[in-house]
Amino acid sequence: MIEREQVVHVARLARLELSEEEIERMQAELSGILEHVDRISSLDLSEVEPTSHVVALENVMRPDEPRPSLPRERALEPAPDPYDGAFRVPSPNA
Amino acid sequence: MSARELIELSASEALRRIGAGEISAAELFDAYASVSDELNAYLWRAEPGAAGGAEPSGPLAGLPLAVKDIFCTEGIATTAGSRILEGYVPPYTATSVERVTAAGALILGKTNMDEFAMGSSNENSAFGPVLNPWDTSRVPGGSSGGSAAAVAAGLAPWALGTDTGGSIRQPAALCGIVGLKPTYGAISRYGMIAFASSLDQCGPLTRTVTDAALLLRELQGRDERDSTSVGIEGGVELPSREDLRGLRFGVPRELGPDAEGIEAGVREVFERTLRRIEELGGEVDECELPHSRHGISAYYVIAPAEASANLARYDGVRYGMRDPDARDLTGMYERTRGRGFGAEVKRRIMLGTYALSSGYYDAYYGQAQRVRTKIAEDFRAAFESFDFLVTPTAPTVAFELGSKTDDPLAMYMNDYCTVPVSLAGVPAISLPGGLAQPDGGGPELPVGVQVIAPAFTESKLLDAAYALEQAIGFDARPPGFGGGEA
Repeated sequence: MIEREQVVHVARLARLELSEEEIERMQAELSGILEHVDRISSLDLSEVEPTSHVVALENVMRPDEPRPSLPRERALEPAPDPYDGAFRVPSPNA
Repeated sequence: MSARELIELSASEALRRIGAGEISAAELFDAYASVSDELNAYLWRAEPGAAGGAEPSGPLAGLPLAVKDIFCTEGIATTAGSRILEGYVPPYTATSVERVTAAGALILGKTNMDEFAMGSSNENSAFGPVLNPWDTSRVPGGSSGGSAAAVAAGLAPWALGTDTGGSIRQPAALCGIVGLKPTYGAISRYGMIAFASSLDQCGPLTRTVTDAALLLRELQGRDERDSTSVGIEGGVELPSREDLRGLRFGVPRELGPDAEGIEAGVREVFERTLRRIEELGGEVDECELPHSRHGISAYYVIAPAEASANLARYDGVRYGMRDPDARDLTGMYERTRGRGFGAEVKRRIMLGTYALSSGYYDAYYGQAQRVRTKIAEDFRAAFESFDFLVTPTAPTVAFELGSKTDDPLAMYMNDYCTVPVSLAGVPAISLPGGLAQPDGGGPELPVGVQVIAPAFTESKLLDAAYALEQAIGFDARPPGFGGGEA
């Protein structure tokens, strides 16, 4: 069973606010899922290369040439609080 | 033709008739746009008349198309089924949507889905569940549930979906239509909102195998904006095969009819399909994919790990919602994400963050990636003896709304037969095999059969699926077809 403190720690890493009720539920649900997932921990795969990607691709290169990108005002349009050509956010230390 | 007759045409048949001047693109569009959406299949829909008098040109000229709301569409709201993107209007369009519209397709609407494609029932949408047109007390499957329900119910002739662990194939199975997950890398992912980038793939949901080939032909191809896209060498040919002579079909013991959790009715339809394959001249034999039984475990580490990184971008800064009450920056991130994401998305972000956190990385993520290697090796070995592998697409027929929402693991098991295929990156198609009752009785509901092929052999896969489709002759329409009462 995952400890309550672990849930709180992981939520902080993920920048995710959870209510007390969510923390409790998450503790039980994550424990159940991890118990299932743990079945693979007993497999001896120490000699096996991990696969991060299935298509055999080497580095894909393209010419490094400047070209037009999304205009600044278009990029700012969907922002919740655009200001003076930038994304405005609350102060980190308010 | 009456509106009802128009929406009963397959996409390829409608295309032929538009080409022959028998029907117009505008009347076909309006026939679809006028069907009432009783299933909550769409999140945004074009109005009848939106196609105007335009007679588009190209290989898909004038064919209306539904698009899963995970594809960015310039000027049209795109939510990925999430509150956190409510009201987001993308400043650009996904390559796959660009390609089909350039080929002449007209967008009918954006379809409902599980939030960020995480789910197997469409109950994780922030905008309400989609209902199954065969029985509105049941789920359509997910995450491309809106696309599958729309195509099955006559709300669209075909649709775009995405599949990470089964999200095209499973809803196609539960709604009685065709769903194809192409080889990873066949289609560009540019502009497709990312869930698990090493697994996500775009694909068609259609009423016939020919329609799937027709749409795939336009979708596939290399795109310099997605460096993992390579396209299908030689393109895609339209299927024409009438028999399966000389083809060997493997039935993986681990994912076959006797696997855990397969319903009796699903087993029966599956076994009938195997006999059809033999009647068509195909050889059927048992085979092994020993590591596929660990598919769900590996998937539920890898996919959430990738998701936890991909979803870090929803922080209230550049797009989507922001919690207005936060006083400092970190508080703004936490509150925005806490309010914007639904339960399943939070669960997977937590799971993924945990699996990637210091001290657990190799035990979970590293080990899951090694299992992935073994699963992919199993498939390669099986394809040395077999041309195709066949399994049921999903262990059950469509289940009742709410019946699995309190048990995440039971929900994940819906993808038991589809997840190993995704981890191996190979293509698979689900086609309707027939109807069956759920365990414990109830209405007759569609059962899907999954045919799996080696990487980048989509043309051969479609050809075999076409022969099988003709022999099965599934032409049942759900009671809710055309907006009627289910």
